[in-house]
Amino acid sequence: MAVTGILLVLFLVVHMLGNLKIFTGETSFDHYAHWLRDIGTPLLPHTWYLWIQRTVLTVAVVAHIVAATVLARRARAARPVKYAHRKKVRGSYAARTMRWGGVIILLFVIYHILDLTTGHLNPQGDASNPYGNVVADFAPERWYVTLFYTLAIVTVGFHLRHGAYSAFRSLGQQTPRGERRARAGALVLAVALCAGYLVVPFAVLTGLVS
Amino acid sequence: MELFTEGDPIADTKAPAGPIEKRWDTRRFEAKLVNPANRRKMTVIVVGTGLAGGSAAATLAEQGYHVKSYCYQDSPRRAHSIAAQGGINAAKNYRNDGDSVHRLFYDTVKGGDFRSRESNVHRLAEVSVNIIDQCVAQGVPFAREYGGLLDTRSFGGAQVQRTFYARGQTGQQLLLGAYQALERQIGLGNVEMNARHEMLELVIVDGKARGIVVRDLVTGEISTEMADAVVLASGGYGNVFYLSTNAKGCNVTATWRAHRKGAYFANPCYTQIHPTCIPVSGDHQSKLTLMSESLRNDGRVWVPKTKGDDRSPKDIGEDERDYYLERIYPSFGNLVPRDIASRAAKNVCDEGRGVGPTKLGVYLDFADAIDRLGRKAIEAKYGNLFEMYERITGEDPYEVPMRIYPAVHYTMGGLWVDYDLQSSIPGLFVIGEANFSDHGANRLGASALMQGLADGYFVLPTTIANYLASGPLEKVDASHPAAVEARTDVEDRIQRLLAINGDRTVDSFHRELGQIMWEHCGMERSEAGLRKAIDEIRALRESFWERVKVSGTGEELNQSLEKAGRVADFFELAELMCIDALHREESCGGHFRAEHQTPDGEAQRDDDRFAYVAAWEFTASGEPSVLHKEDLKFEYVHPTQRSYK
Amino acid sequence: MNLTLRIWRQKGPEDKGRMVTYPVDDVSPDMSFLEMLDVLNERLILAGEDPVAFDHDCREGICGMCGLMINGDAHGPQRGTTACQLHMRQFKDGETIDIEPWRASAFPVVKDLVVNRNAFDKIIAAGGYVTAPTGSAPEAHSTPVAKANADAAFEAAACIGCGACVAACPNGSGMLFTAAKLTQLSLLPQGQPERYTRVIGMVDAHDEAGFGGCTNAGECTPACPKGIPLNTIGRLNRDYLAATAKGAGNTPGS
Repeated sequence: MAVTGILLVLFLVVHMLGNLKIFTGETSFDHYAHWLRDIGTPLLPHTWYLWIQRTVLTVAVVAHIVAATVLARRARAARPVKYAHRKKVRGSYAARTMRWGGVIILLFVIYHILDLTTGHLNPQGDASNPYGNVVADFAPERWYVTLFYTLAIVTVGFHLRHGAYSAFRSLGQQTPRGERRARAGALVLAVALCAGYLVVPFAVLTGLVS
Repeated sequence: MELFTEGDPIADTKAPAGPIEKRWDTRRFEAKLVNPANRRKMTVIVVGTGLAGGSAAATLAEQGYHVKSYCYQDSPRRAHSIAAQGGINAAKNYRNDGDSVHRLFYDTVKGGDFRSRESNVHRLAEVSVNIIDQCVAQGVPFAREYGGLLDTRSFGGAQVQRTFYARGQTGQQLLLGAYQALERQIGLGNVEMNARHEMLELVIVDGKARGIVVRDLVTGEISTEMADAVVLASGGYGNVFYLSTNAKGCNVTATWRAHRKGAYFANPCYTQIHPTCIPVSGDHQSKLTLMSESLRNDGRVWVPKTKGDDRSPKDIGEDERDYYLERIYPSFGNLVPRDIASRAAKNVCDEGRGVGPTKLGVYLDFADAIDRLGRKAIEAKYGNLFEMYERITGEDPYEVPMRIYPAVHYTMGGLWVDYDLQSSIPGLFVIGEANFSDHGANRLGASALMQGLADGYFVLPTTIANYLASGPLEKVDASHPAAVEARTDVEDRIQRLLAINGDRTVDSFHRELGQIMWEHCGMERSEAGLRKAIDEIRALRESFWERVKVSGTGEELNQSLEKAGRVADFFELAELMCIDALHREESCGGHFRAEHQTPDGEAQRDDDRFAYVAAWEFTASGEPSVLHKEDLKFEYVHPTQRSYK
Repeated sequence: MNLTLRIWRQKGPEDKGRMVTYPVDDVSPDMSFLEMLDVLNERLILAGEDPVAFDHDCREGICGMCGLMINGDAHGPQRGTTACQLHMRQFKDGETIDIEPWRASAFPVVKDLVVNRNAFDKIIAAGGYVTAPTGSAPEAHSTPVAKANADAAFEAAACIGCGACVAACPNGSGMLFTAAKLTQLSLLPQGQPERYTRVIGMVDAHDEAGFGGCTNAGECTPACPKGIPLNTIGRLNRDYLAATAKGAGNTPGS
């Protein structure tokens, strides 16, 4: 879980930085989007790098889900009879919502790809003009899309807050000081990613980007 | 009717003669050995998995014997040795403060008020150093100094710092060390572990201990287990007082059943009352909690100078306080041995100067130590004890002085054993608190862990080989008439208990028995009180067998049935304890007879008449026991009046 | 105090079990939780009913035998406290208290509130020791141990094996118990030779016993009466990764 999770987090960071290029204007953003398909050229043919990255990410997602499923099934088998008195959460809320949070994130990712990668669910759906797609997507009258994105990103934030800390632990972080750092680092990462991702739709919503 | 009759004297024939320092070496050399190839074919039963039983089972298995181990708890790791807090003595002399094997030997004989066997005690002091090595090698996390070496402290009346410790959980850490060694052997298939099993009878074939009858506490199944030798490591009998620092399950059944089958019971009246326990808070009390004696290193014991002073301790000025231990015993002060500290607390409470709601308590005050060393240092030393105190009483000992009162803690008496730790029944070995051997009439602090591990790791594995080497014993199985008879006895007894269906619970009887014992056979005993107690115990026992109500059946997990069997045996033991206390017309160690005290209230021994071990032989139910005396000879430590002034 | 107890009653492993309600009156705030159950049991016995079976022994918080889920909390509401040391002053008059056994397939119910924790012994037998047969030990002072390591080893060694970590874990994992022993032994020089075989052996035994996997949910440490720190699990993970990388420490020179 830790290794695949870290791969996915790295992708999230890069993806967020790319998103932020929207503030540099339409031409620059579209140019960036097209450049993504040319990474590695001329060593690699057009879009090859992108497909390699997509494959790696898909494998990571699948492995992440498989590992989570194995853990969830083990947990069910380990406690066949539930407690009659439901337990209060004594640890963190984020830790308790990893599994359902993960499912929500998966559904979001599918929607997100159909929306802004393939363009099937996008009101504009013009592959040559990602900037326009984004602007059309988060238009004020489509507030429900923005709301769904917001919820999904906050879920990602919670998922990361426990996930990143947990990944350090699983990879052997073992001192109290390291634990404090891992918790703080996970929180900063979660908040930064949330903010970085949410600033785009809200900029469109408020007309800052149009 | 007479309470007892006197039989022939007995003697320990196993301790070699010669200089005391050479005796254990000599015995080890003279003891016969068992060929490693033959050990596999020999089975040893070990009852109990505390420090003594756990270490013995592991060591015997390491040596190649087939071991069957039994405990009533759900895991061998839970035996009550785990609750020992303070530490373990060893004559390492790491402090260069004048300690030596001889001094530990001397202190233990003197601390035991000259009622223990010199040879045994010297051996204990010799092996003490090996125990520390062994435990460190197992990964026991003893307290250490900044230089990485082991830390030691002075403990319970010793003037040298020879006590090794692991914060306030030394017993736990030592027991887990032994438990891990035992689990290793279980994993290797050398030990067959039977947790949640209780020994209910001993099987004797041709005069030799050959097996036990056990009840599976989960299914209720009774089975007979046979072996070449039986080792009892079943602990002490402090729970005869109902309220004690023992675990709720601690009981005398294993040793008492062996006693009924012929093993002599030695010095049953020697009980140790620990001075620093949390006082009783009400009738609901089910057990007493010990606060480690190490607290006396920094705490000062006091009561108000005037009777019935109900003011809060904060309002009582320095000049109105009586630091009675420091006053009466200026050289040892708050660190006098346990028996002395306990009786002094009783005396001030009897004078009406006790504190707390029940007036049965004295203050143990850390204010001075906190001023001198700072709260941090006190927290580091005693933090967990202070927390425990606060959980139980709801009072913060950093702010308000602790209240403490003596409670039954340890029993020095037990089955009589010789130098080889073999009882009067051949093939029945008794180790740890279950035997009587090393502490005389009073045990010094941090010596119980030492004795348990000495017996289990080093002594028994050597001496039992000598017995087993005299074999091979004739093969017998559970169908032997003696085994069948023992098993039938157990089944009948269980049926009898279940059939009474009276109107009182087992606990109500146990509590009443405990009150009788505490009143008359506790910190101070008198002839009139003991005679009264014997009558009351007999009447109560009769009533028990007519009126006790045990619910459920024998074929299931039935905790009230377990208790009933244990309490039934406590009744018989209680009577013998009182008889022993009555016959010993002297005061020594934990046995204080009101009639025998010096003018200033100290214990008055009578070495001319009572320098012996009283070993009691069971005859038949309702018949007087037979007293066998083993004379104690003191060649190296000359008996003196113990003085801690 | 007057209380209403709802207690899990189950005659044996095969029985389905159910919660049963018992009123208990005249409870003193100075009673321990188990003494309060004693009062109930005395009454049940006299009424000819089967008393509630529950495990307990030392009643001073060290043997680890007691273990009750009290209102959904392992060992009850007070932190750092076993059920036997929990006192009734922690509850309010008139309160309803739910009492259940530990729930884990590795800890099958024996009767009522009693469960079988033999799985923990098996984990220890699979490596939770230092191989040091009696008599083979070197002089105790031959190997100094840095005080910080000795103290941290002690902190982990304080585990009483009660099973509260498993009971509280949303995954039913016994990782904190396993990690506590591993941490103790891996911090001491005596534990080094078997360090990597130990971690593989114990983790395998843990998984075989049917405990769930650890997801670092962090529910175990707050429930642990001895406060075994969560970072012990980090140590376990580090040793486990190293051990798998090194082929369980069987490669000479690793």
